[in-house]
Amino acid sequence: MNHGIFEKNSLILLIGILIVVSIGGIVQIAPLFMLSSTIEKVEGMRPYSPLEQAGRDIYVREGCYNCHSQMIRSLRDEVERYGHYSLAAESMYDHPFQWSSKRTGPDLARIGGKYSDAWHTDHMRAPKSVVPASIMPAYSWLETTPLDYTNIQDKLKTLQFIGVPYTDEMIAKAAADIEAQIAPDTPAAKELLARYPKAQVRKFDGQSPGEGVKPTELDALIAYLQMLGTLVDFTKFDASGPNLR
Amino acid sequence: MAGHKKIDEVTGVETTGHVWDGDLCELNKPLPKWWLYVFYACCVWAFGYWMVYPAWPTLTGYTQGYFGYSQRAAVTAEINAAKAAQDTYRQAIANTPITEVKGKEDLLQFALAGGAAAFGDNCSGCHGRGAQGAVGYPNLNDDDWIWGGTLEQIEGTIAHGIRNGADEARNSAMPRFGLDGVLEPAAISDVANYVRSISGAEQVDTVAAERGKATYAEQCAACHGEDAKGNLEMGAPNLSDAIWLYGNSQEAVTQSIVTGRGGAMPAWAPRLDPVTVKMLAVYVHSLGGGK
Repeated sequence: MNHGIFEKNSLILLIGILIVVSIGGIVQIAPLFMLSSTIEKVEGMRPYSPLEQAGRDIYVREGCYNCHSQMIRSLRDEVERYGHYSLAAESMYDHPFQWSSKRTGPDLARIGGKYSDAWHTDHMRAPKSVVPASIMPAYSWLETTPLDYTNIQDKLKTLQFIGVPYTDEMIAKAAADIEAQIAPDTPAAKELLARYPKAQVRKFDGQSPGEGVKPTELDALIAYLQMLGTLVDFTKFDASGPNLR
Repeated sequence: MAGHKKIDEVTGVETTGHVWDGDLCELNKPLPKWWLYVFYACCVWAFGYWMVYPAWPTLTGYTQGYFGYSQRAAVTAEINAAKAAQDTYRQAIANTPITEVKGKEDLLQFALAGGAAAFGDNCSGCHGRGAQGAVGYPNLNDDDWIWGGTLEQIEGTIAHGIRNGADEARNSAMPRFGLDGVLEPAAISDVANYVRSISGAEQVDTVAAERGKATYAEQCAACHGEDAKGNLEMGAPNLSDAIWLYGNSQEAVTQSIVTGRGGAMPAWAPRLDPVTVKMLAVYVHSLGGGK
């Protein structure tokens, strides 16, 4: 047991540490990029529409993940309360993912469509007005703050760079798509739906839609919440086969 | 530093073989035997674990283990077992017309319990834990129904929801009398006073109410009725009683007329199975106001 060489040469010690630590990393992390069950594909997933992505950024900015998870575990009580357990593929366009690890509030992985827009508006303005026992803080400024989407193109470009399949057309139309998603029954909204199937188009914060109406931060956040967990059609999902684990 | 082990002369204990400054040694104090054997036992346990449970990654998959354990299969089996345990009752409820569930005591008890559980998970966010409602979200304990309070009507409302964009959803839209310029502000104030007067609200300007009567007949009666009793077909609330979804202050009623109201409710048929929707309807109907 002659380890004098490590004890006398700090550089060799450093290299030795790196080798030993990286074994742990290689064994635990590297296979996740190759296992068929962790890189499973699922039908229906698409990148976030620009408005949803902007809402997601607000979700992260306000630290919603501190109290809300987006990960329905494969346990009976969770599946019965929240719906089908989450799939890895449902977070495939999340950078970073919002699985979270703590639930002060409920899980939000399938919150989309569970409540009306008006409920979300009331709830953000004053959570206790709809859920008397809630300890969630109010986010009442969101509905009065115009959404800043001057840098939305750069955001999508960054996501494209790290692997989210935004097309150049999607990036070029990003700002227009944000405005289109709060303007129902317009040609621009139709274009948006062709690019982002299943996107929901309406004025989310309860204000009247119309020409020149700008989105608020609340529009973006509710657009994001209302699409969470709605992209995959679980009546067609096959849980066995390569997905079984 | 590393050197050869030897016996320390003073204590008679073996040294670790590490030597500093030429002659400084340390005594060897090995781990307690019990600790060491527990450690070895853990290693053996780990080998066994690797054999029976999914453990090691391979290039494209992982070792499945002899037990063939899968979290997804486990939860599916557990949910199916729970469903099978309830199957007799669920089948019976599925096969019984909703109006007859009440007549069968065991089915009714099952439906009430199942409905209450589903209500807590899915409905209480808006309608409240005790179904007491909130401003904009109807109280389900009273017998004042916007879209109808029979079992079938409640079941239909739960399954398809209200104003959620789906084709089957209950749908209607109150005009935005103020925003769209249908009525002048003064006329809106008058008709708000009139509407409040027929439900016996306090602090009504009776003169204004009298002025608003004609406007009501012209603009509101088509949906809310000549007698203001409402219309279930159109989800037009009864305006002649003391139950108010958005409040009956002059401001609240004026706001309703200016912006037009129209609460939305999600469709639950896509989220819940038909039997759960049925049980929910029985539960809500039982809360006190079922027709």
